[in-house]
Amino acid sequence: MTISTNPAPVAVKAPADKALVVKNWLWSWVIFAIMALYFLIPLGATFYWSLRAEKGVLGFEAYRRLFADNNFLPSFSEAIVNAIAAIFLSLLIIVPTAYWVTLRLPRLRPVVEFITLLPFVIPAIVLVFGIIRLYSRPPLLLTATYDSSRILLICVYAAISFPYMFRSVDNGLRAMDVRALTEAAQSLGANWTTILLQVIFPNLRVALLSGALLTFAIVIGELTIALYMAQHTLGPYMADLTRSKVYEPSAMAIVSFALTWAAMGIIQLVTGGQRQETGAR
Amino acid sequence: MKPSINTDPKLANSAVEGAKRPPRLQIANWFGVIPFFVFSGLFLIAPTLVLAYRSLEASKGGLTLDNYRQLVDETVINAYSMSIRISLTTAILGGILGSLIAWAISIGGLPRPFRSITSTFSGVASNFAGVPLASAFVFTLGRVGVITALFKLFGLDLYKSGFSLYSFLGLTLVYLYFQIPLMVLVILPALDGLKRDWREAAENLGATPYQYWRYVALPVLMPSILGTMILLFGNSFGAHATAYALTGGLFTLATLLIGQQISGDVLHNPGLGYAVAMGMVIIMAFSIFIYSILQRRSERWLR
Repeated sequence: MTISTNPAPVAVKAPADKALVVKNWLWSWVIFAIMALYFLIPLGATFYWSLRAEKGVLGFEAYRRLFADNNFLPSFSEAIVNAIAAIFLSLLIIVPTAYWVTLRLPRLRPVVEFITLLPFVIPAIVLVFGIIRLYSRPPLLLTATYDSSRILLICVYAAISFPYMFRSVDNGLRAMDVRALTEAAQSLGANWTTILLQVIFPNLRVALLSGALLTFAIVIGELTIALYMAQHTLGPYMADLTRSKVYEPSAMAIVSFALTWAAMGIIQLVTGGQRQETGAR
Repeated sequence: MKPSINTDPKLANSAVEGAKRPPRLQIANWFGVIPFFVFSGLFLIAPTLVLAYRSLEASKGGLTLDNYRQLVDETVINAYSMSIRISLTTAILGGILGSLIAWAISIGGLPRPFRSITSTFSGVASNFAGVPLASAFVFTLGRVGVITALFKLFGLDLYKSGFSLYSFLGLTLVYLYFQIPLMVLVILPALDGLKRDWREAAENLGATPYQYWRYVALPVLMPSILGTMILLFGNSFGAHATAYALTGGLFTLATLLIGQQISGDVLHNPGLGYAVAMGMVIIMAFSIFIYSILQRRSERWLR
């Protein structure tokens, strides 16, 4: 091809570009369709099974049986309470930390960021191994009773939410002028508690909500840690269900999927879709 | 970062604390972060250090590397190698397929709504791990799963022809369900970072689309793609719940081996159990470290 000084080379290339655009477009559809099948078939199959509990007809019998199960509601509500407690604990720790690191101790930022990433480095199964070994004998005996183990579980959940919570809050703080807001509040005579609760918190609502929902989605059906700490939450309940029942697990999987959708959908709504963090496992 | 966030600590302190807060507040400066350090210490760092210490503890007292030398034990090697094989396979496949999806919904020209639906769905699917995911695949490709039944209808018995959901192949298929969406989520911003000018510049210099991708776009994207694949590797390597729910914890996998070791000393050597756990932490730390280096490299271009 010769080097052209023609100011409008676009016109010359237009036909080739159009062919390319069509080719890209076709390939995009092919890729999208194949992947959509891979992702939707398991959901469809599970939903289909969940409708088949009654012989000969499709209906919601599996869901009725699941909700009527004596262990379902207690473990579900226990998981919800645990998740909410972990979220508040995590917020209580992360918000002041992120605020302090942004405003007063910027030199500590790398250290804090490193620590909040630890839950990615320490797999849940390893973490619970260490927790059990550390807290199952004096002086730190916390696994002696069900309730003390439960408190320990909530603390561990709060800790594993740090990566998501810190990122959310940190992004939220970067989106506003922390220093100006703090100085303005101080010049009006506010103390630190007032500043955090009435100035910073309200401005962080979206960030806090998305951090909280992400934590909820990860913690609500958590299996590994709850299992080895012998807690009767939703994760171990679901695992039992898959071994003892035929149709209920499918209804449970659909309910759990709907919960995750709800959490992610709300995050998408409140953040306008500009941010997506994730925590798979 | 906003320019108004001051990086000069002296200036920052004087500006914020004002006249009525004297320098004695230097210690109070730490007050806001102390709960964080105490809490992380108690529930993240100390538990790991306990395992690290125990893995170095000799049975007769004193410190030793014996437990690490015993990692060549056949059970341990099998578990680690299965974990590594599955993680490598799902990282590479997930990386490629996830990039293709990200390309299709951003550059490929699918209608706009597909992009937001796909990215929300990716957020959901990448968090849809554990028991529900295992159940969903049992109902799809298990012995009585819908697809298995469908194949049987056409005369192909998957389980008689060697397929099993409770095998390397089966677990790979299941893990991809959260690996691909994670790839999409992380790589989409990188694809968005490809500047239009680069493509136009390449075209004006006479590059074909192939040449543009081979010599401009891919080299810029490579650190991101490789880095995210390493992230996927760690994501699958540390995964426990899905495999546990699928196989009842009896499959050969490093995380499941640790689970068995917690329930009852299956290795007949507690010290070795601690070494297996620490080995996982070391591999995870290494992969996160490489990921962060590559991520920093890719930020040079994709801002």
